[in-house]
Amino acid sequence: MLAYTLQRLLYVIPVAFGVSVICFMLVHIAPGDPLTAVMPIDATAEQQAAMRAEYGFDKPLPVQFAIWFGNALQGDLGASIATGRSVSSEVSRAVGNTLILAFAASLIGFPLGIFFGFVAGIFKDTLIDRAVTAFAITGVSVPNYWLGIVLVVIFSVTLGWLPSTGAGPGGSTNWAWDFEHLRFIILPAVTLAVVPMGIVTRTVRALVGDILSQDFVGALRAKGLSQVGVLRHVVRNVTPTALSVVGLQLGYLLGGSILIETVFNWPGTGFLLSNAIFQRDLPLLQGTILVLALFFVFANLIVDLLQPLVDPRIKRG
Amino acid sequence: MSTTVDTKVPAVPARPAAEQAPAQSKGYWQGVGARLSRDPVAMVCAGLLTLLLAAVVFAPLLPLADPFTGSMISRLKPIGTEGHILGTDELGRDMLARLIYGGRLTLMLGLLPVIFAFLIGTFLGVLAGYVGGWLNTVIMRTVDVFFAFPSILLAIAISGALGAGIVNSLVSLTIVFIPPITRVAESVTASVRSLEYVDAARISGARALTVVRVHVLGNVMSPIFVYATSLTSVSMILAAGLSFLGLGVKPPQPEWGLMLNTLRTAIYIDPVLAALPGAMIFLTSLCLNLLSDGLRSAMNIKD
Repeated sequence: MLAYTLQRLLYVIPVAFGVSVICFMLVHIAPGDPLTAVMPIDATAEQQAAMRAEYGFDKPLPVQFAIWFGNALQGDLGASIATGRSVSSEVSRAVGNTLILAFAASLIGFPLGIFFGFVAGIFKDTLIDRAVTAFAITGVSVPNYWLGIVLVVIFSVTLGWLPSTGAGPGGSTNWAWDFEHLRFIILPAVTLAVVPMGIVTRTVRALVGDILSQDFVGALRAKGLSQVGVLRHVVRNVTPTALSVVGLQLGYLLGGSILIETVFNWPGTGFLLSNAIFQRDLPLLQGTILVLALFFVFANLIVDLLQPLVDPRIKRG
Repeated sequence: MSTTVDTKVPAVPARPAAEQAPAQSKGYWQGVGARLSRDPVAMVCAGLLTLLLAAVVFAPLLPLADPFTGSMISRLKPIGTEGHILGTDELGRDMLARLIYGGRLTLMLGLLPVIFAFLIGTFLGVLAGYVGGWLNTVIMRTVDVFFAFPSILLAIAISGALGAGIVNSLVSLTIVFIPPITRVAESVTASVRSLEYVDAARISGARALTVVRVHVLGNVMSPIFVYATSLTSVSMILAAGLSFLGLGVKPPQPEWGLMLNTLRTAIYIDPVLAALPGAMIFLTSLCLNLLSDGLRSAMNIKD
């Protein structure tokens, strides 16, 4: 158990380093350098060189990486080219709203997905199973940015029940867990939850169906165990795989929220990213991607560290 | 199936690759074809996709309005307007023509990255799985790092850094799909490599390239291919999503994601019209997923 935990913790270091390298390279795969887009057209060669030197773009790449990485370790992700503000403070203000949205979506998507998956798996090849399967494949096929627009048309434009954009009354960007704010999160959270729900449903259904067809279940039934008792065994066998699928879907929620936030004007990292894309503000893009990717790495780490609790085989090594 | 690549457990054949070996003959594929043709859902989807593909490929031959010519006096005409069966968009351009021409770009941007990634990923995965050793470590650890990015995030990151444009969108999506395909290719290759007939071929003096070509590729191609088909719908949704965000295709080119974005302002005027491009993405992706599911069960591959 301890060895597993240590091994998993140590594994994060090279992965996080690799993620940093890729994020660093993002700025440098672009044609020209990040300043080309914002430099005045009539800037003289000296002015251009001075600006490059100010941002450190005149140094060799490995040196630039070392400086950037050293700063990043101390929480300094550089300055936004468009606004001049610190990327770290911009991202830390926005990432909270993204996490709130992802959390709300996981509260909707995961329990429902697990429930539907179980029901379909237990009643395999019945009408219920077909209905759930059809529902799930619709869920995984839907482009969620379109679904968001459709939900806005139905619930905001036509019925007028829920607000269509923003994260709070009067354009407030500070989240609070009260009724007024919750009305704003319903549509984006449901939209974001649909795809992970479909994927979890499909996975759990396949797992449950697989386990129910195994010999040991027949043996349990033969010795007279009740249906509930059999299901307890199924749950124990399904949990580890279901947990890792849920962990991967957390990443989907973080990444997928970018498009959803654009649709709903949700003031999170997706909003920040679309600004960065429009203004070609590469340091802001780089910083936001790095923070989101690291959140995903750590979410997976936590899921892996939880694995031994649900799967005793890992404990024994 | 899934809408994110990262979720997918590698599609390893239900039976070990060894047992599949004799089944790779013509008879095997005939069996798959026969089973697939008995699956009504898969056949309907295949029919619809063929129809769409034909419409998209032969768009210039169809009696369609010009997708670029708009008219200020006939903007946002509803569905069923005379001369514009599916109405007109926010600049008065014919929706039917734009949807069909838009499908060209959306399908191309969705399918090409999977094809490129299939070629590159299979190459890298087979190389890593067959050669093993340090080469395997280098390739697979690099793949691991890319897996640390949720697929949408990686697509947006690379596209955002490269800037808008069709080629940039193709490049970024290809990079997104190389790691998962490489991982699947590596794991099937590694399991085939240790089989006795591969050893036998090697001992009999066959060159490495011959062994890979004859004995390895024949066995690993079909699981990799099936896995790749399951990525096409994700790829298309991501491609349209990039254009929706302002990356990818630039106006006035018709593309479903971009059309969905520019029509967003019209949801208060004509919501059904505004939802049409998204409905096309949805239906195409649903067909791709159902067909891929049908193919998997016809080939007896489990998740």
